[in-house]
Amino acid sequence: MKKILIIFAHPKFEKSRANLALIERLKDESHITFHDLYEQYPNFHIDVNKEQELLEQHDVIIWHHPFYWYSSPAILKQWQDMVLEFNWAYGPEGKALEGKTVMNVITTGGTRDVYCSEGYNSFTVNQFLRPFEQTAKLCGMHYLPPFAVMGTHTLSDEDLENYANQYEVLLDILKSDFKQDALTNCFFVNDLPILSN
Amino acid sequence: MTGNLLFEAIVFLAGAIICVSLAKRVGLSSVIGYLLAGILIGPYVLGFIGEEGEDILHFAEFGVVMMLFLIGLEIEPKNFWKMRKTILGMGGLQVGLTMLLTYGLFVLLGYDSIVALVIAMAVSLSSTAIAMQTIKEKGMMETTSGTSSFSILLFQDIIVIFMLGVLPLMSNSNNDTATLDHSEDLSLLESLPLGFQTLAIIISVALIVVAGRYLIVPMLRKVAKTGVRELLIAAAFLIVFAISYLMEFVGISPALGAFLGGVVLSNSEFKHELESTLEPFKNLLLGLFFMAVGASINFIVIAKNPLTIGGILIAVIVLKAIVLFVVGHMFKLKLDQKLLLTFNLSQIGEFAFVLLSFAFGLNILEQEQMDILLVITALSMSLTPILGMINERFILPKVGTKEFIKRPMDHIAKSQKVILVGFGHFGSTVGRFMRSHGVEATILDFDSNRVDFLRKMGFEVYYGDATRLDLLESAGIADAKLLICATNKIAVAKAITKIVKEKYPHVELMVRTKNRYDAYELLNLDVNNIYRETLDTSLALASDALHKLGFRKYTLNRQVQNFIKYDEASLRRLAAEPKREEDYVFKARKEIEQQEKSLEEDFKRGIVDFDNHWDSEHIRKQLEKSNET
Repeated sequence: MKKILIIFAHPKFEKSRANLALIERLKDESHITFHDLYEQYPNFHIDVNKEQELLEQHDVIIWHHPFYWYSSPAILKQWQDMVLEFNWAYGPEGKALEGKTVMNVITTGGTRDVYCSEGYNSFTVNQFLRPFEQTAKLCGMHYLPPFAVMGTHTLSDEDLENYANQYEVLLDILKSDFKQDALTNCFFVNDLPILSN
Repeated sequence: MTGNLLFEAIVFLAGAIICVSLAKRVGLSSVIGYLLAGILIGPYVLGFIGEEGEDILHFAEFGVVMMLFLIGLEIEPKNFWKMRKTILGMGGLQVGLTMLLTYGLFVLLGYDSIVALVIAMAVSLSSTAIAMQTIKEKGMMETTSGTSSFSILLFQDIIVIFMLGVLPLMSNSNNDTATLDHSEDLSLLESLPLGFQTLAIIISVALIVVAGRYLIVPMLRKVAKTGVRELLIAAAFLIVFAISYLMEFVGISPALGAFLGGVVLSNSEFKHELESTLEPFKNLLLGLFFMAVGASINFIVIAKNPLTIGGILIAVIVLKAIVLFVVGHMFKLKLDQKLLLTFNLSQIGEFAFVLLSFAFGLNILEQEQMDILLVITALSMSLTPILGMINERFILPKVGTKEFIKRPMDHIAKSQKVILVGFGHFGSTVGRFMRSHGVEATILDFDSNRVDFLRKMGFEVYYGDATRLDLLESAGIADAKLLICATNKIAVAKAITKIVKEKYPHVELMVRTKNRYDAYELLNLDVNNIYRETLDTSLALASDALHKLGFRKYTLNRQVQNFIKYDEASLRRLAAEPKREEDYVFKARKEIEQQEKSLEEDFKRGIVDFDNHWDSEHIRKQLEKSNET
């Protein structure tokens, strides 16, 4: 069984309806580690050794965060800057993350239609996530398309329940010996029929 | 008798006060003032002081002893060890070369070879009193010329022991006559064979080192615990007297012994306290010493042999100067440093008085020879400050370098100086954290038990009352960039603040306070960096408590920062309000009033729910509102 690390970053989790719904469902399972960055490091003083150990102990990494200004909240960038060190995560000796799988799980206020060349955000979510994709590539990790909960301001409780179900299924697939291809040919993994059973 | 003694004291003190303040006003060194005072009150001008001048000189030599003790205090053993090469090299070379040339000169002048040798010994020694006083007054202790001068003088202090030991061997007459005159000085040295003399010297030096660590420091701690200040002064004197007595007993120069004692104590926490206690006494005694030198200038002898004396005086000074310049050159001193060294040490020192009168007692010298040489010695000492002034005003500016002011490197090192007052739980945390960044604060603390304990942990802590200006000065406040006041006593913090603001306004103050009430007082003294000891801790606790009740850490963290910012602002606002009488009842009532005021302000502000950042709920409500309209 594969071990999953959810690196969660929300500066005001207590007020986030969508993320509360998603996280609430996480079962206290041994193969899933829920790692809450803002709660761990309220002063942004990230313990690099501890973070690297955590990463080494897991096979699948999930960056779970709201989509702020087309990117992640500040602490996740801080985390990348601190933890993904030269010759550990990348560089000639940097093989620590090689072969691991990584993806973003995001929530956005804007709906899916505003994230395209015709919409007022001009680009797709996938395009905005390029820095994460490339970070994964440089570290030798397999990058999967994101799991995106969009238009959160207008979602009903029922909608959120659906997303939470899908997230649960996704985590079940990720822990199994899944095939990369099964999750790659899409914009968002939650578009895939295998998540909606 | 008493009347006479009082009168003498009045003459000396009045002379010193008038002449030194005049000299200072004209911009001359205080040494010139003292010498002038001595000449004025001496037998040849006003005649207040007659033959007793010699006794006073002997008494005043104690100022030199104290000075060397204080110099020793400033030199830690490891630095002393580092200097061993300069001491032996420069000192040995200077004494050797000077003796050789002087010997040649006086033999050429037709003196008997033994007499010439004695004179050569006397001439090779310089005046620790004058040279070190000048160095200290000009703040040149850190410069190469300062350390070179010091090394040479130290070597001379050591070598003079051997000179005094050799003199009796050179005497043709019976030694007994000499011992009669100088039995006090050299009792043990005389009565023992040479091997035992050396042994006695080694044992007494070891005694000082051991006593310093296991007797003197524990004694000082006991004394400090009594809290009676004058006892500490008494203890300081006891140390210096005891060392001097021991040294005289085994026949070493008391000055050298005192220096060693100083070095031994330089590592103790009482360093600064001893320094500031003895400093004024030392200065006064040195002043007395210079006055005695001035008074001992025998103008009748000068009037009889003006040419001989003038000629020898000039020859000797030039000869010593050349040797010093050459030695400085061999040890690669820069030109201006060489000049400073040369002018500073070119006189004949106070040891000459001792050596010459001892030699006279041994019948090596005749009365006239001794008189002439004593006059030359006194004159050469009197000329030093004048020569130094000529060097400083006319020669050095042409040489162009200004290294003697301060080297840029030193300046940077010194401008980083931090003084930390109070080394309790608060101060030690501050000190530890700064030390982990390579910043070693000069620490002052008044609790000798704590000082002892912390010193065992490897901190550099000194013992003393930091509200005394002289203690702050010996801790180096003049060069400090920061003064951190970590004591919890508001009275101490206020006293230090007032002193520093008045005397050293360039030093930035950072003050710990117990509570807002103390903070108001400091704010009203115009201190900007105020650290309330309870503010951060109480908020950390409150925030952790809220976390245990389910609040998120990051949100709490932001609110704590907001709270501090807001509370600081209200502190400054309330401090500006008019003050009431400092009465206890009023104080208590005022504090309650302020608590109420703070709570009221918190309430008005709506303290927590002000923060809508990243709140999607808030955004949704706003969106709904705009959709409705």
